[in-house]
Amino acid sequence: MATPATKIRFREPQIEMAHGAGGKASRRLVEGLFAPILFGAGQGPLGDAAHIQINGTRIAMTTDSFVVKPLRFPGGSIGELAINGTVNDLAVSGAKAEALVVTFVLEAGLPTDILEAEVRAMADAAEKAGVVIAGGDTKVVEHGKADHMYVTTTGIGRLLSGVEISPGSVRPGDKVLLSGPIGDHGITILLARGDLDLEADLRSDTRSVLPLVQALVREAGKGVRWMRDPTRGGVATSLNELARDCGHGIVICEEKIPVRDSVRGACELLGLDPLHIANEGQFLAIVSAELADTALRALRATPGGEEAEMIGQICEQPAGAVLVTTLYGGTRLVDMLVGDPLPRIC
Amino acid sequence: MKFVDEFRSPRLISRTGEEIRRLADPNRHYRIMEVCGGHTHAIYRFGLKDLLPSNVELIHGPGCPVCVLPMGRIDDGLSLAAEPNFIFAAFGDMMRVPGTHGSPLEYKARGMDVRIVYSPTDALKLARSNPEKHVMFFAIGFETTAPSTALTLVRAKAEGLRNFSVFCNHVTIIPAIRAILDSPDMRLDGFVGPGHVSTVIGCRPYDWIAKDEGKPVVVSGFEPLDILQSIVMLLRQLRKGEAKVENQYKRVVPWEGNRAALRAMAEVFELRPYFEWRGLGFISQSALKIRASYAAWDSEQRFSVPGVRVTDPKAAQCGEVLKGVLKPAQCKLFGRECTPEQPVGALMVSSEGSCAAYFNYEHRKPIAIAAAAN
Repeated sequence: MATPATKIRFREPQIEMAHGAGGKASRRLVEGLFAPILFGAGQGPLGDAAHIQINGTRIAMTTDSFVVKPLRFPGGSIGELAINGTVNDLAVSGAKAEALVVTFVLEAGLPTDILEAEVRAMADAAEKAGVVIAGGDTKVVEHGKADHMYVTTTGIGRLLSGVEISPGSVRPGDKVLLSGPIGDHGITILLARGDLDLEADLRSDTRSVLPLVQALVREAGKGVRWMRDPTRGGVATSLNELARDCGHGIVICEEKIPVRDSVRGACELLGLDPLHIANEGQFLAIVSAELADTALRALRATPGGEEAEMIGQICEQPAGAVLVTTLYGGTRLVDMLVGDPLPRIC
Repeated sequence: MKFVDEFRSPRLISRTGEEIRRLADPNRHYRIMEVCGGHTHAIYRFGLKDLLPSNVELIHGPGCPVCVLPMGRIDDGLSLAAEPNFIFAAFGDMMRVPGTHGSPLEYKARGMDVRIVYSPTDALKLARSNPEKHVMFFAIGFETTAPSTALTLVRAKAEGLRNFSVFCNHVTIIPAIRAILDSPDMRLDGFVGPGHVSTVIGCRPYDWIAKDEGKPVVVSGFEPLDILQSIVMLLRQLRKGEAKVENQYKRVVPWEGNRAALRAMAEVFELRPYFEWRGLGFISQSALKIRASYAAWDSEQRFSVPGVRVTDPKAAQCGEVLKGVLKPAQCKLFGRECTPEQPVGALMVSSEGSCAAYFNYEHRKPIAIAAAAN
């Protein structure tokens, strides 16, 4: 289906880990290779879910694959992530997940009890999120060809009424809301790998954000312009994508960004920026100035949203970039994540 | 966070900023070099430059371990690790640093067994748990990290662990500062002295900078308040026409350094007659090599190393930036051919490299933005 006119801009000779890390390299791969060939020209900004029409009914559709090591970690496991991740991608595109299908890629030698535990975790998470698992597929690969198991979930959802999500609708003056503390998931995983000999009382934040999104839409739907769950690449990457897609600047205030002490401590020690760390149970929303306070109240009144904050606003400048104001009146730019977050030495 | 937040107090920081503005003579231009890449990173990350008057200029120094490593050393290390059953272990900082044919991460994508470790003892653990493989720790860093490499080698020898070696690239800070002061195109008024290096070597080794060169040195911590207070201390000395070594980072740096760490280094390392630094060229007695008594754990003595020498790309001006002669954005490649994603020089890679810090936090930043936030 590729026509000679399709212009491929992805020029890197091979795929590196960074192409899957959710930052700049991932964006280059998607926008430079996948989108031009698969979607053709004229494709708008890529959201968390596709909106399609079938017989006049608009539905949202998305898919996500989960490769995580270790499979289980404090606060969750790959099974829960696989359900919540897809439910959340639909939620932040303004849709309530209705049905999922699941694909398992299993490595020969995987103990049955580990698989069973994950399948049970998926059933529990699906029940909690109010979504039906409607079907699935299984493939087994040779031992050594996969890390225990990979899971892919594909979901469809019904669009919530009273909300229209589009980066194009974002205007200077709009406010940036964040549903809760950031970095819990990424740091939990980093520590759970056990390579760093660090310990912290920390749990992944994996959960369905649908109840929070529903509360937001119910109370302030007309003012909600855009939402995103800042998974790989963190808040910094999601906001940079928005800044590029909408053409405005985003200015966030460092002291307003909720970060737990244990996450801050680990980030200080490892030389990482919490804004680049992955989350699995938080989301960002851009809300019009008039409805921003109402929206914040709605989030805080919903269980799990108590720590929501208004962290900044949309400005005309710096166009296409994200600026953080530090505690002392200084400023710094925050770019997308480049490659994987790597711990530094000193 | 205890012991961090105290040094980030907005009230104290703005008060220290005022003190700097009060002390700086408006008729004078101050050029102060922060030697350490950790300081450079903090200065950009916390937006501290915004708090300084325009006549107090900070010049970024050479204290970034991966930045000063010439590309040939990376090529040498990676060529050894191309042997079957080799594990190449290094700090995260090294992983994206480009060699001639790619960075360690790119070699990993092509199948080399490359591991990120947080300390050299983690590399030793890898060797214990992979007895059928040879683990080579690619050691980098100034005196900050050299003692832990030394202690790891002492332990490897004591255990008689034969499948472990160190490819040693440790360098020392004093000869680099001397090279900068000897450089004719460099005018400096004083130094924010390295903090972590000084926990090991203490403050005495800087005496000559004050006595012979007449420039004040203040050894500094890494929090915003530390750095600003050090600038205050430097300005006070300059105002009085003094030049001495002071220790702002007393809560961590003992004046005499850490004797146990120095002993461990002396046990394992000796000075190389000379070593090549990226941008600064060959500097005599500026790097450490592993003593003959530890030859069995020295990758260079144990295996044959090609000894690759690679000149930096002509257009790249890493050397000028490392010496503080050019600002990152004045390099011809900055932000065009050379970005954090596709770095040409190592200064664009490490979080402590001045080019990466400048690119990530500063460049494209319009000045009037802070006001827009309110």
